[in-house]
Amino acid sequence: MATITAAAPRATAPGVLERPVVRKLLLLALVAAILVPLANARWASGTWPSALTVDFSEQLTKASVWIIDNRDSHPLFVYFFGHLSNAVVICVRAVYLVLLAAGWAGVTAAASLIAWRVAGWRLAAGTGAAFLACGFLGMWIPTMQTLALMVVAVLASVVVGMLLGLAAGLSDRMDRALRPVLDTMQVLPAYAYLLPVVLVFGMGVPAAVLATVVYAAPPMARLTALGLRGADKEVLEAVESLGTTARQRLLTARIPLARKELLLGLNQTIMMALSMAVIASVIGAGGLGDRVYQALASVDVGAALAAGIPIVLLAVVLDRVTCAAGESLGDEPQPNGRARWLYALIAAVAIAVAGRLLGRLDWPDAWALNVAEPVNRAVDWMTDHLYSGVPVIGGTADWAAHFTTGILNPLRDGLQWLPWWSVLLIVATLAWLIGTWRTALTAVLAMAAIGVLGVWGPSLDTLSQVLAAVAVTLVLGFATGIAAARSDRFERLLRPVLDVFQTMPQFVYLIPVVALFGVGRAPAVAAAVVYALPAVVRITTQGLRQVDPAALESARSLGATTAQQLRQVQLPLARPALLLAVNQGVVLVLAVVIIGGLVGGGALGYEVVAGLAQGDLATGLVAGAAIVCLGLMLDRVTQPTERRAKKGA
Amino acid sequence: MRLRTRSFRASRTTAVVAGAVSTALLTLTGCGAADMTKQASPFANAQGAKTVTLSVQSWVGAQANVAVAQYLLEKKLDYRVDTVQIDEVPAWDALSQGRVDALLEDWGHPEEEQRYVKDKKTIVPGGDLGVTGHIGWFVPTYFAKQHPDVTDWKNLNKYADRMRTAESGGKGQLMDGSPSYVTNDKALVKNLDLDYQVVFAGSEAAQITQIKQFAKEKKPFLTYWYSPQWLFKKVPMTEVKLPAYKEGCDADPEKVACAYPHTPLQKYLNSDFSKNGGEAAALLKKFKWTTEDQNEVSLMIADQKMSPEEAAKKWVDSHESTWKAWLS
Repeated sequence: MATITAAAPRATAPGVLERPVVRKLLLLALVAAILVPLANARWASGTWPSALTVDFSEQLTKASVWIIDNRDSHPLFVYFFGHLSNAVVICVRAVYLVLLAAGWAGVTAAASLIAWRVAGWRLAAGTGAAFLACGFLGMWIPTMQTLALMVVAVLASVVVGMLLGLAAGLSDRMDRALRPVLDTMQVLPAYAYLLPVVLVFGMGVPAAVLATVVYAAPPMARLTALGLRGADKEVLEAVESLGTTARQRLLTARIPLARKELLLGLNQTIMMALSMAVIASVIGAGGLGDRVYQALASVDVGAALAAGIPIVLLAVVLDRVTCAAGESLGDEPQPNGRARWLYALIAAVAIAVAGRLLGRLDWPDAWALNVAEPVNRAVDWMTDHLYSGVPVIGGTADWAAHFTTGILNPLRDGLQWLPWWSVLLIVATLAWLIGTWRTALTAVLAMAAIGVLGVWGPSLDTLSQVLAAVAVTLVLGFATGIAAARSDRFERLLRPVLDVFQTMPQFVYLIPVVALFGVGRAPAVAAAVVYALPAVVRITTQGLRQVDPAALESARSLGATTAQQLRQVQLPLARPALLLAVNQGVVLVLAVVIIGGLVGGGALGYEVVAGLAQGDLATGLVAGAAIVCLGLMLDRVTQPTERRAKKGA
Repeated sequence: MRLRTRSFRASRTTAVVAGAVSTALLTLTGCGAADMTKQASPFANAQGAKTVTLSVQSWVGAQANVAVAQYLLEKKLDYRVDTVQIDEVPAWDALSQGRVDALLEDWGHPEEEQRYVKDKKTIVPGGDLGVTGHIGWFVPTYFAKQHPDVTDWKNLNKYADRMRTAESGGKGQLMDGSPSYVTNDKALVKNLDLDYQVVFAGSEAAQITQIKQFAKEKKPFLTYWYSPQWLFKKVPMTEVKLPAYKEGCDADPEKVACAYPHTPLQKYLNSDFSKNGGEAAALLKKFKWTTEDQNEVSLMIADQKMSPEEAAKKWVDSHESTWKAWLS
């Protein structure tokens, strides 16, 4: 909470902003003075009054039963969703068959050669090594399944995203209408809409692909719109003066000018789709995510890691290659570039055919590395020696217990003890002090919606876990970020570690956190911290490094110590970046709440998981909606006044 | 003015593209009705191989069934087997749509049985698995030996403070597992007037990890658990007697005050697969083994960390008489 109040504008410019702040507070106090006694007299209870809740469970259950009963016969399904579903299956199958037909040698060669043409030989070597590593880990087939799924999901997301982006980029009205839609698509935790998607499409690949599109299309849409809007006015006028039609202008000038943004959008879409590949495994998408999930069942961290590494490798390779493609866009086209593409194509086909003729289509079983065993030994050692009874500092289980009783319990009990109207008031105050009355209104309405949905208690429990996790993340993230900003070497060492943490599927570290911290809310917080930390570290480091060197130089010349420079120059100047780090920390921690439900975090996360596991639309959807509302509220409360141009970038 | 025409054209372009996409979609899939009940996984039957898709539930016993079935199907009958991990209730749904072909271990879902087996007829029973399942409350045997009276629910309150954890808020902790498992524990605690708090571990993996940690320190604990289960071999546990189960005593989920029943576990097959699945369907229908068999394989997978395939091979090599009967 401390970080949030510190964000009030008063700290920077007391003289100017003092009055609006006081005015806002006075107005709020007035509103409160009128409304609170009324509310209290009518519904005198600490928690959200039951008179103000609406129970949707009956309707939702009815809806889900209706879908199941009519899914095989109703025209809506038979003539629309059914075809959609079949089309997805056919596309994924086609890609999968091509990948299988190319064999491991052909796929590896093709990937490396594409990387070579797009990004140079170094990345080509890296790409080849990454694909071979997937084979050595014994994950070739699951990797191909995931790849097939990804290709289709990314293509679909790009098409949908570009269509939305075109609409938003060309028409202001569409832009205004689409913005809240895209916001919701991104704030919604993926888990929350898995269930409805599954109900309509059934378990498996079609549902997984469609859920991925919902999640991965927004960055493409945003960046397409941004690119179209940012096109150079003079160029456009020049093109227009040639007497072109609007369509010609779009195709020959605006879209080519927006290439950089389009590629960045593609990059973001790929990353988000890949992170979804694992979550989609809980609805039967198969592939690598499923292997991670299955390993979890037999409490086998090593096997989970063996399936997690290919995901990390795919993510890193795809990220680097698309980034490199974006950077080389402005360069002069190389001489005989087309011919080289042709050579690359011929080489890839030749290798694939050679692999076929040699009968080496499947990855040879003998070529396998066993990483599972050493990893499991390491995890066992860790839990044997760190869990409890470590001299002086105590074991991790003791820390977890202290953390639960000392921080999580008081925080939860405190929040749940607060009268409901005072929670709304606090939210309103914070959001208004940081943003405008619109942000305050959104935040209050979101919080009120939670009460209306009838999950006030569990939501505050989740909120307490999120706040605790964000606090820990920020302390660790700022400290690491400051260290990384001061030492280039440390930053270089840190980068691959952050890459791994950011792309490693969260399922992989569920067992280690339970083994270290026991079942409960403490491991849930730990998992959230691991997930949110890299982003906070990165933003902090970048923010500190971008501080004007002149300001730092002048402070140094005045004889300021390193600590003084940091406190009085760097941190204040990097304030926007730090605020962004807070905001991203909150959003990312909230994204892991559901994973927390799998290790005893309880509250909303558990209910969403339970809803999916039991096929209970009412429980799952209501809890999912509450998470969305919490996310909306927290985002608004931590949103610095000016909105960022793009999210998720 | 210009802006308006432009946006109009843009939206027309959008409409044209959207129309083209949907037309392409229709031509791709054929214009008739789409059958939502026959949708195999896109990874099935790749490269012309005969494939079977099996659903795996999150507990190791279910993994053991699938591992052995998979091994026999692949090595003896030349099928390719895909496995997908799904929770129980969604697995029924997937089975009815043909996304998976068989479910080898079901713990009793009367509502789904009524809907899919009796009404829609998209799923057919595949017979007994041969294993009887039982859910109950368990304490570690080392604790039960020191305090024999803990094995009766009437004495549980006496030990509540010994079972306390940071999560249980001043009461004793009764640990429950995955949300997909059948449980009446919240109602039981309330109706039997016990001084316990049900703490949901959220997944079986988390629950096992925690039980192992407790056992390592010889701490007392009370947990929801079930047999057959390989963990008993690693952490011996003793069941706590609850009021005896009588037919129908668990009819009202709010008023349950009795133990869990003993359930002969069932197999279910997609009805299409059952008819046209050939040797694979025949094998899966005949698949029947004992609790000991299942535990043997489970222990190899979960404790000795063998791959399911290795574990299945080991079992198959030493139990020829059992599985020979399934192939005939």
